This record gives sequence, C-alpha cells and structure tokens, in this order.
Amino acid sequence: MENIAGTKSSLTWVVHITTVALVVLWLFPTVGLLVSSFRTADQITGSGWWAALFTTEQNEVLRAADPDESRVADGPVYVVSGNIFTDNDSPLDKQILVWGTSSRDIAAYQPGETADLGDGESVTVQANGDYEWRGNEEQISGRGQRVFVTAEAPPEFTIQNYVTILTGGSTTDNMSKAFFNTLTVTIPATIIPIVVAAFAAYALAWMEFPGRALLIAMVVGLLVVPLQLALIPLLKLHLGLGIGKGFLGVWLAHTGFGMPLAVYLLRNYMVGLPRDIIENAKVDGATEFQIFTKIILPLSFPALASFAIFQFLWTWNDLLVAKVFLIDATGETTVMTNQIVELLGTRGGNWEILATAGFVSIAVPLVVFFLMQRYLVRGLLAGSVK
Amino acid sequence: MHPALQGLLTIVIGVSACIGYFYFSNQFLDRVLFPAKGPQAGRNINRANQIRPWLFLFPAILALGLYLAYPVFETLRLSLTDRDAGGAFVGLANYQQMFGESKFWEALRNNMLWLIIVPAASTAFGLLVAQVTDRIAWGSVAKSLIFMPMAISFVGASVIFKLIYDTRPVDTAQIGIMNAVWLQFEGGFGSFLFLRILPVLMLLSFTAIVAYAGYVIGRPLWSDAYRAGGGAMKAGRAVVVLVAAWLALLALRNVIDVMTMTFPYGEPQTWLTIPFFNSFLLMVVLIWIQTGFAMVILSAALRGIPEETIEAAIIDGANPFQVFFSIKVPQIIGTIVVVWTTITLIVLKVFDIVFAMTNGQWETQVLANYMFDKLFRANDWGVGSASAIMIMLLVTPILVWNVYNARKEMA
Repeated sequence: MENIAGTKSSLTWVVHITTVALVVLWLFPTVGLLVSSFRTADQITGSGWWAALFTTEQNEVLRAADPDESRVADGPVYVVSGNIFTDNDSPLDKQILVWGTSSRDIAAYQPGETADLGDGESVTVQANGDYEWRGNEEQISGRGQRVFVTAEAPPEFTIQNYVTILTGGSTTDNMSKAFFNTLTVTIPATIIPIVVAAFAAYALAWMEFPGRALLIAMVVGLLVVPLQLALIPLLKLHLGLGIGKGFLGVWLAHTGFGMPLAVYLLRNYMVGLPRDIIENAKVDGATEFQIFTKIILPLSFPALASFAIFQFLWTWNDLLVAKVFLIDATGETTVMTNQIVELLGTRGGNWEILATAGFVSIAVPLVVFFLMQRYLVRGLLAGSVK
Repeated sequence: MHPALQGLLTIVIGVSACIGYFYFSNQFLDRVLFPAKGPQAGRNINRANQIRPWLFLFPAILALGLYLAYPVFETLRLSLTDRDAGGAFVGLANYQQMFGESKFWEALRNNMLWLIIVPAASTAFGLLVAQVTDRIAWGSVAKSLIFMPMAISFVGASVIFKLIYDTRPVDTAQIGIMNAVWLQFEGGFGSFLFLRILPVLMLLSFTAIVAYAGYVIGRPLWSDAYRAGGGAMKAGRAVVVLVAAWLALLALRNVIDVMTMTFPYGEPQTWLTIPFFNSFLLMVVLIWIQTGFAMVILSAALRGIPEETIEAAIIDGANPFQVFFSIKVPQIIGTIVVVWTTITLIVLKVFDIVFAMTNGQWETQVLANYMFDKLFRANDWGVGSASAIMIMLLVTPILVWNVYNARKEMA
C-alpha cells in the first residue's frame, strides 16, 4: 500500500519492532507460569523463572556424611569422604565456584583447596562436590562438617510437579478428580444447548409465524442480561424442584445461560443460507423436519462449530456458575477453577503446585483454541460486527 | 456411579431426548393431530404449519424464560423483600441499607474505573495490534499469540498475574517480575525518569484525552452550533461530561501525588495491598485477556475499509499517521463502538479475577463480587439482589441500544 506513492515506508522497522514488543509482552506472563511449572520448589524460590533459562549461581549449606557411620581409619587419623551433593540429595550436575566452612565467610576457598580447621582437622572440596574430611577420632564424630558452597547450576527442569498434581499428592493438591468433574460439566453443557438452539434458530430464520420479530428482539435483549441476576432465583428453583446442587443443575444452568448467544449466532447464520435450496426441497415434498436435519444442519456447520467453541471455553473456564449450582459442602464435585482458587488461599506461596495446577487447567482450552481458532474468529465476527 | 459415566449417560439421554422430542412431536403433529389426508387435508397442513414453529421453539423459549427472563423479575421482587422476615415486602429498605455501606460505594467507584479503563485500554491496544500486524508477513502468527489469552480462564489468568505481582521477604530472591524490576530502581536519574516523568506524562495525556472527549460530547449543551438531540440524549451528554470532569480531576490529583510521593526504594512491595493502585493491577489482567478480542474484530474491520480511500489519501500526501487517524479510524468507528460495548458488558460482570486475586480486600471490591459476598457469605438475599439489580441497571442502556439496533436492521 505504502509503495503506491513510490517510496517504501520508513515505518516498516518500527512496525516490526512494535509487533515483537507487543507479542513478547503478551506472552511473557503465560511463559512465566509454564516455566515455573517445570521447576522444583527450591528452584522457584531460589531465583525468578526468567533465570531458569540460564546457568545460575546458588548458595547451599550442605553437610558431610554422618561420621559415626561412615568414617574410615587411615593410620592414626580418621577420614570421611564422598560427594557433598549426593550425601545431601542435592542435584548433581553443578560446579562449585567457591566454598567455605563458616557462615561468616562462605567464599573462603577455591575448589581443590584444603581448609585447615585447626588441630590437624581439615576439609578438601573438589569442584564436582567430592570431599575429604580428615581429623583425629574426636574431631571426626558427632555431626557431619558443615560446608557452604556457591555452585553454578545449569538450567534444569522436571516433570515431577505434573506427576504430583495429576496422580499423587494430598487430596487438596490432586487435580485429577477436578479435571474429570470439569469435563463432566463441560461436554453436556456444550452439546445440549446446540441441539435446542439449532431448532429454535431455524424456526426464527425460516418459518413464518406471528410474534417472530418480537422473539428475536427478546433474544437480543437477553443476550446482555447479567447471569448474576439468575443466581438466587434459580438456586431456589433448583432446590424447590429437588435438583439441588449437582451436575444436572449446572448443565441446565449452562444451557439456559448459553441459549441467547446460541440462538442469535445460529439464526444470523441460517438466515444467510440461500433461499433457493430450501424452497426447492419444499417443492420436492420434504417436510420441515427433513429440511432442517438434511439441509440446514450440515450447511450450518461453521456456525455450530463457532458456538461450540464459545460454549466449551466458557463452561470450562467458569467459576461462578459452578460455585453456585454445582459445588456442595462435601466438595466432591469441585471443578478445576474452584480448586485453584482454594489452592491460592491455602498454598499461596507454593508456586510449584499453583503453577502446575494452573497450567493443567488452561492446557485443554489452549489446545482447543489453537486447533479451532478459525471457527472462533468467525464466531466472534458473526456475533458482534454488524 | 462415576461422574464421568454419569456425564456420558447424560449426553446420550439429553441429546436423544432433545432429538426425540423434536422428531416425535413433529410426527404427532403430522400423523395424528392434523393428518395431511382425508377430507380436510389442505386445512390440516396449514394448521400443522402454524403450530410447528412453536414445537421447534418450545425448549429454547423455556430455557430462556426460566433461566434469564424470570430471574430478572424474581430478583427484583427479592430485592424488595426481607428473607428473615419470611419474605415480607420491605420497600426500598434493602437499597437504603446498601447505600449506607461504604463497601458498596467502594465497589461502585471501582466499577466505574473498570468501566472506563478496561474497554478503553483493550480497544486501544487491540487497534494498535490490528494496525501493526495488518501488512507484515508474520502478522497472523503475532495475532494468534496475542489472541491466545482469550482461551485462558479468569482464574488461570489470576494465577499467572499473581506470580507476576508476587512478593518475597527482603534479601531473598524476588520471583515476581514486578518486584524484581522495582528493586532495580534506587532513586537516581533512571528512577526519576521512569517513576516521575513518565507517569506524569501519561496522566497528563490521559487528562487531555478525557477532557477533550468530554468537551466534544458536551459541546452541544452550551453551544447552539451543534445538535444536542432529545431530552434523553441531553441527559446522557451531561452524565458523560460529569464523568469526564471527575476523571480529569482524579488524574490531576494523582499528578501531584506522583511528584511528591516518596518511593520506598529497595523494599519489595506487596503490590496487591496498595489501595487504589491495586485496582489497576487487577484491570491489567482483564485488559490482557480482552485485547485479543478487540484485535480480531478491529482487524477484520480494518481489512474491510475500501482501498481507494487509503490510496487517495496517500496520493494526496497524507503521512501514515494521518492515514490511520483521519481515514481509517473514522471508517471503523461503528465497529469500535461495538467492541467497546461488548467489553463493557464483560467488565460489568467481572467476578472471577477479583474473587481469586484479592476477594475485594484492600479496596478492590467490585459490584459482582460484592453481590457474591452478600448472597453467599452474609446470606443476605435482599441486599444481594439489590446489588444484582444495580448491575442490571448499568447494563440496561446497552440492552436498549442493542434491541433498538436489531429491530432497525430487520425492518
């Protein structure tokens, strides 16, 4: 476009840089959570997640092995040797930069140097963590010698958090039940409104009857009614009908709340289908029911897919409706969003749990999003641009 | 029974019940009630065709009526009654009680700020992204990545941003990026530039934009050169002018604060507990999510602009900024309004973000969370319903506007 005037716009570079900056800014938060979910608790509290991508320096306080068990006589002296990292269950692939034996001077020695602890007692620590602690019988006893190390650790990631969240852990951390509950809420709550709305949309688009315009206006109006208004009256209704709190109630609620958008989107799409096809079918003797199932439904697939994605994302991500209509005092029917909010309260500082739980809950919508983006965009455009 | 199995069963039963209902009710209509044969075949077909639309519509109307229309009236009724007194009619007592609570006014004030800042920022960012990605080769990838937060739940986004705002004790590594950046400031020239000059410039430009918008919208009220419209329009304009004046004053007051405030350099901050400022941190979450939505719609609108208008402007010597602000934006102003109102609706219902991040503490309350508090913690259905009605009142202008537009379109 800019080339029409004969010169290439000097803004091209600015445009590219702005775009890169915006994309980085928008991705940064999510990447932070993703990276954190692959780190151990110690790593997360030890450094910001952005440092996880590079080699980092860590300070650790480690102890030599218990002398009473592992000392070996070497002539008149006793020796305890081993690897300072393995003895303390600390990850191995680190390089010690400096070390010390007192908290006042943790950088007193280089790797390979020997620290003189007085009266012939000494410690030698190598760069890879191998150590040798020598002294007389009295010195090499009691607790193991403390060693303060500053080590350089390469980037390191683990899937242990996901194992904990999905299969093990305490009942408050384990998300597998909440995951299935969410799935159980989502799928019927996506499919049922589509079926109901498709018939209604067809009637509103292609059938003549008095009051049609009024009904369409009503749907448009209900499109914006906040569902907050529905909470108490419907909870009362559900309790009165004996449905109570449970899956049936939440399915019905999602069906009701999704209905205006479903009818609106599908009707707008169906009304744009070519009139000829429908009239030809009528002339050929097809009933309305046959026209609907054989012609309208297959042709409306893009609109059906759009709404299905909306409703799926909305029900999967919902917290309010689940809290009001589904989750009872036993907490057996908790969904992922609710469990995460509870984790935020009880495990506010345990980012390895929170980040992993958060990512488990957003993984499925992200997959759906990237696979079906085309339909989502089309639905958005049909739903709001006039 | 395992809930997953139960779910599967429900899908099968629910869907087949739906389809069965539609199929058999149609069969019944055509075969039994008004069979298309015998002496009255023609009349029967007509009758059947009059009833059929209602068969198709019945489940949807039932769902809409029961789950959306009826609750509006029931909530209105509940807001006028007292549950403890056995549902006795108490007039406006619930509203009086609500208006007497400072938490309510705090929620209303925050909602107003959300209502202005989130749609404005999301639309502005969305327009910016739509424009810069419009003609570059990897634009669709960039758009897809910025659009991605749309798929993330408000709760998931809250976790993501809580990590960003996280605070650790002094002398330990800060794992929240915001504190990590904050600790880089030490009160020197850089701090002066980024923490005083930059915010003041942003506040001043915000004041200027708001004041100008208020001036343009309010101009017809005091000048005869412009058409002001009917009484409702005049009232609307007056409200906009008042809100604009309030915002401009608020921004100016903050300019003084920013210039005189002493910053606690070197101390990690618990960002979410700093009153007033923390509301903006919560808004960032919603802006982050909604920008993608604005971008998708505005990008399509930008593509729809006739090329000739842009070509003509370039040939006449317009620079890219003039092309954007004077040629493109005026042509998509209708779409901008649609995006703005859609985000406004989402903002009015914002609940999850506040609930998950602060639960309305430290002066971050909003109406939807206030309502949830009243309904399910205080168990006060009267005041809870009254606050729900407040949300409904705020939505009503958009509702009327949408219905008006839809009817105009169909006529």
